Amino acid sequence: MANTPISLTVNCAAHTLIVPAMKRLLDVLREDLRLTGTKEGCGEGECGACSVILDGELVNSCLIPAKQADGARIVTIESSGLGVIQRAFAETGAAQCGICTPGMVMAASALLARNAKPSLEQIREGLAGNICRCTGYQKIFDAVETVSRQNP
Amino acid sequence: MSYRVVGSAVPRKEVASKVTGQADYVDDLRVPGMWYGITVRSTIARGRIQRIAFQDGVPWSEFTVVSAADIPGKNMVSMIVEDQPYLAADHVNHMHEPVLLLAHPDKNLLEKARALVKIDYEPLPTVFDIDSSLRGNPAIWGSDNVFKRYLMEKGDVDAAWSNAAHIVEGEYSTGAQEQLYIETNGMLATANPHDGVTVRGSMQCPYYVHKSLMALFGLPADKIRVIQQETGGAFGGKEEYPSMIGGHAALLAWKSGHPVKLIYDREEDMAATTKRHPSRTRHKTAIAADGTLLAMDIEFVIDGGAYATLSAVVLSRGTIHAPGPYRCPNVRVRSTAVATNSPPHGAFRGFGAPQSIFALELHIDKIARALHLTPEEFRQRNFLLTGDATGTSQIVRQPLDLPALQKRALTHAGYLEKKARFHLANQTAAIKKGIGFATFFHGAGFTGSGERYLQSVVTLQTTAAGRVEILSSMTEMGQGANTVLTQVAAETLGIPYEWVDIPRPDTSRAPNTGPTVASRTTMIVGRLVETASLDLRQKLKLPAECTPEQFAEACAICGPLAVSAQFQEPEGIFWDDRKYCGDAYGAYSWAVYVAEVSADTLTGEIQVDRFTALQEVGRVLHPVLAAGQIEGGVLQGIGFAIYEKVLFRDGAMVNNQMTNYIVPTSVDVPRIDVLFEEVPYEHGAMGAKGIGELPMDGPAPAILNALEDALGIPFDRVPLMAEDVLLAIGETSERRVA
Repeated sequence: MANTPISLTVNCAAHTLIVPAMKRLLDVLREDLRLTGTKEGCGEGECGACSVILDGELVNSCLIPAKQADGARIVTIESSGLGVIQRAFAETGAAQCGICTPGMVMAASALLARNAKPSLEQIREGLAGNICRCTGYQKIFDAVETVSRQNP
Repeated sequence: MSYRVVGSAVPRKEVASKVTGQADYVDDLRVPGMWYGITVRSTIARGRIQRIAFQDGVPWSEFTVVSAADIPGKNMVSMIVEDQPYLAADHVNHMHEPVLLLAHPDKNLLEKARALVKIDYEPLPTVFDIDSSLRGNPAIWGSDNVFKRYLMEKGDVDAAWSNAAHIVEGEYSTGAQEQLYIETNGMLATANPHDGVTVRGSMQCPYYVHKSLMALFGLPADKIRVIQQETGGAFGGKEEYPSMIGGHAALLAWKSGHPVKLIYDREEDMAATTKRHPSRTRHKTAIAADGTLLAMDIEFVIDGGAYATLSAVVLSRGTIHAPGPYRCPNVRVRSTAVATNSPPHGAFRGFGAPQSIFALELHIDKIARALHLTPEEFRQRNFLLTGDATGTSQIVRQPLDLPALQKRALTHAGYLEKKARFHLANQTAAIKKGIGFATFFHGAGFTGSGERYLQSVVTLQTTAAGRVEILSSMTEMGQGANTVLTQVAAETLGIPYEWVDIPRPDTSRAPNTGPTVASRTTMIVGRLVETASLDLRQKLKLPAECTPEQFAEACAICGPLAVSAQFQEPEGIFWDDRKYCGDAYGAYSWAVYVAEVSADTLTGEIQVDRFTALQEVGRVLHPVLAAGQIEGGVLQGIGFAIYEKVLFRDGAMVNNQMTNYIVPTSVDVPRIDVLFEEVPYEHGAMGAKGIGELPMDGPAPAILNALEDALGIPFDRVPLMAEDVLLAIGETSERRVA
């Protein structure tokens, strides 16, 4: 695979890397940048464990080739701007085994950025790309509602 | 005591690392000089290995290749029966059976290399279903394909038929189910003859892995070290399989001289690792004229796959739960676990009970219909009460009021009102609604003499600064073990929750507390923590009421202390393994689950609209964790019933991707109302009983009973997919026309 230089900003830090053009953004984050909070659950865009925010959009980083992330601004679970959502997840019991939690927090963050006061139906829709096998989702809905209640 | 943390919703012990992405799962680890591993698996379901060729295309000299011939000790996974090799030597018995292991520093080369290994086989005859296996021809395991049989008997079933006013028969079946923990199986190993073997990874049972690695390498206990990493879900799927993948990673490390990380991708994890046992249950039931049960004759068969793994104990739990929470003088359960050439089936939350309870709870509704009684009335007449005997002749000693539980659950769900309303609306609607329920129990802890054999130990260690560490082999896999055990210690010691540490299990430090399975952690191990805590208070010479400051002072005076507690069977417990009779479990949890469903008669599409889960689980130690267990379990149960279908073709799962194996998502989950009834259990930790597996048992029968209510069609199998519903609707209307 041909190597290619890419520049990207992750959680406000700028990086320039030389990586195979088709390397998955997930692996760039985990291996090249050692940001291992982003998880691989299925590798085919079904489970959402690898969710990150790329130029304001929620994406599955396992489906994004490195080349496509060139020039992008990326937010991952290691970002310092997620404290309110993370606290809500902790308080409501929304994290059990924790492996879907980073992706779920990113999905919640993307949802709340679009819609500060989502209805329960909108929360369900907003998290539909993220599979949690532990919680039955009820406590995750509670977490998002907790944040939403704090929003103006 | 000044610190009351039991019963309150303290934050999960390891929650900060989980919500920030800092929790270290095995795939997050990287160590110097680390190589990566991959498994070469069989491509046929049964046959003799004839030739293995390494075709050109990768620099083979850079690879470490491990075959059965490289194994230093015994080529067997140590489980109940020793029949499953770590690596197939000359025969394979299922698709995706491990044959070779490869390691290389560049993980991108591994897939390519695996594809270049060509294995020729001489195929042998195969068996893929329960009936063919029971016929015993071809014999693919032992002489008759039978892993295990049980006969559980009480009274005289054969003499009861002639006294029966009604006899009702039925046959029910359940499919395989994938655990689908979101973190796949993975291990990181270092190994060499001087230091021995260390594996770390995702697991439920460190000492299972430890035992198996001792035999695999022929090394003494102190040369094998097993460390649990953060574990991203398990549900039984990491009970026995980590012994396999842990051994594989260690073999590669041993031969290559490098640390080796072996992580399955999703397709491999789904195709090759264990699933819930498919089952078939036949019921024949005699009922007296007054609507009470006279005799239950039950035949229960599970498909164990190609190797025995845990099938015998899965069968045992399924057998004991088969007659349910009903009073019946004559009971016979004949059960069999059979071999097929599918990848071995194994532990999955509920462990045989969801299968036999599914059958029973559909059958109970069927009997009620035959007797023209409502399902609640028929159950009411037959519920076990305190002082009655279960199917194993275990006397129910704790206070038990199932009629009250049933009433509370049905009232909460608005059962009668909805049933009437739905029936009226269904006369004209294309989408028909229904409501149904199931009443059931689940035994906590190991079956029969199991806990006595395990002799579990917990150790508490203090520091001079007044901190306390809980050392045990109980793994946190999301269920909340860390939190609940810490709560019990903190409250018993009278110190803040934050003063207690609970490190992840490491066999070089932690005693053997048994496996993290069977809804035993809170009830059994929590009790050991409580006992050790009381002992520690005595050793520290603390008064009955003391402040944390006094505790810290006492620790400073005494210096570091270690106190252990070992399991002791409560008085008066008796189990006869030969007759399969007696006190099968220390305690049962009891539940009534109510499902509301809708079924689209044009598309066959079904969904659960609302769910009520009422359970009596002893004292609830942590309300949020307990509710989380129930909600998650209920959704897995809904998946088992109407979403999750494992498609086998020639002995291999062919929909081994999350694209094709559908689990319920956030838009599929109904509102789940979780209700607890708390009746403290005297021998459980602070009154607690088991909780983790119970919610898996009830949803499937409750949903199918609700579908019967909606459509008037008695379904008899899960998973039940839209196409099955549509077909059944078609057949029913054809019959009506004819």
